[in-house]
Amino acid sequence: MSTAGWIRLLVVALMVGGLEIACHLGALPATAIIAPSEMLRAMIDALTSGDVATDIRLTFTAVAIAASLAIAGGFVLGFLIHLSPRLRAALDPLLAAYYAIPHVAFYPLLIVVFGLGIGPLIVLATAFGIVAMIIATLTGLDRVPRVLMRTARAHRLSPLQEMGLVRLPAAMPHLLSGVKLALSYAFIGVIAGEFILSTAGVGHAIAYAYDNFDNRRMYGLIVFVIGFMVVVNTLVLLWERRLAQRRGAR
Amino acid sequence: MGIVVKWRDGILVLIAILAVWQTINLVGGDNLMTSPLATAQHTIDMMGQARFWPHLRETITAYLVALAIAVLGGVGFGVLLGAHRLTGDVAEPIFVALYSIPKVTLYPVILLAFGLGIQAKIAFGALHGIIPIVIFSLNAVRQINRTWLRTARTLSLTPLQSVRHVIIPATVPEIFSGLRVGAALTLLGTMLGELFASQRGLGFPLMTAIDLHDVKTIMAIALLITLFSVAMNTVMLMLDRRLHARF
Repeated sequence: MSTAGWIRLLVVALMVGGLEIACHLGALPATAIIAPSEMLRAMIDALTSGDVATDIRLTFTAVAIAASLAIAGGFVLGFLIHLSPRLRAALDPLLAAYYAIPHVAFYPLLIVVFGLGIGPLIVLATAFGIVAMIIATLTGLDRVPRVLMRTARAHRLSPLQEMGLVRLPAAMPHLLSGVKLALSYAFIGVIAGEFILSTAGVGHAIAYAYDNFDNRRMYGLIVFVIGFMVVVNTLVLLWERRLAQRRGAR
Repeated sequence: MGIVVKWRDGILVLIAILAVWQTINLVGGDNLMTSPLATAQHTIDMMGQARFWPHLRETITAYLVALAIAVLGGVGFGVLLGAHRLTGDVAEPIFVALYSIPKVTLYPVILLAFGLGIQAKIAFGALHGIIPIVIFSLNAVRQINRTWLRTARTLSLTPLQSVRHVIIPATVPEIFSGLRVGAALTLLGTMLGELFASQRGLGFPLMTAIDLHDVKTIMAIALLITLFSVAMNTVMLMLDRRLHARF
């Protein structure tokens, strides 16, 4: 690991350690925050007790459905939009403004339309993630080096072969970053929806624990959600780095 | 010519959205979505009601204060952290990691720290906005071309002169891009705070409207928020492009 990496680890360790000590010394009110070690223990308790298993399963089902819809739909839409420069120019202002709109403001409408349940969550999370995938697909297809396309023509590849053998592999890094974004947006969308108003799911479990002054359980679940996301992000980052190295080496 | 084409495209998209919206209304009826015209009408009616204004004022106040904190804090921290190479290398991945975690789960923590009220919304909005602004500012300062700084020294510019003629022109476009992302996320954070456990602000009538199945009000408030965010983003995007073209 680099020097910066070690210092970073030290900084994070000092922050967590400082919080731990401050909590044990009673410098911070126990009604507001609990020690990091206690949070971890609370997380393990919550996970092993089994009563959040249904919530976790529900959340992950919603995320999986929403992420698949966003990734597949975003890729197909991005591909179609890329075929027509005219349509693309028209959609450009919409794509540019899309992430400025706070999507959660539409969640109440979705509840009224689809009823309380997994439906509005999936729609919210899909809508949140799909445009990231569309934009990534457009950028990826744009950035295919001209020389590769010319090579494909020189080899007289059919449009289908050109797509499968040249264009998609060349666009892959951008597509992957789109997948990464769509996945994390879907996750955020589902958790946010559950948190605001729902009857089940991890986000709801956190809100429920908060409402019942059950700080220990609340912090345990928060650490679980954030820790899960950090682990997923780190794994994707490592994978991307390996992929980039292989490309560079070739 | 270019401007005419751009406006025409925007108007075409707007017409398409209105057409889809109207169709949904015709197929599903007013219980699904109110028509564009009725929604606009209700938005105007609502703006005329005295009981609506405290909510709007609360949201705008919370948003503006959160934005001010995010902008000042974000640019300040970002520039400071980016000025020193190793500090920037240490800090950047931490902020990128913070950027990608679902911060909505942290709202109860903010509520415990700040209590139910406008402070919690401000803190949550600022928390959402400050992270991208720090990241963009940090990278803007870090990626200043070293040759320019050396040139400034060769020309023996005073520190003030090199800030004025080298550092600001080199970093402002990038920092402004960060402000645009930050402004959008601050609004998202503020709205999230309003929707969860609030007594005042636009989120409150939005949440009560669910129980009343008051589609008209929900649509009107969503329309108001969308118009506001799109208008703000359009202005900032235009400034952003001009800055990037100029410097």
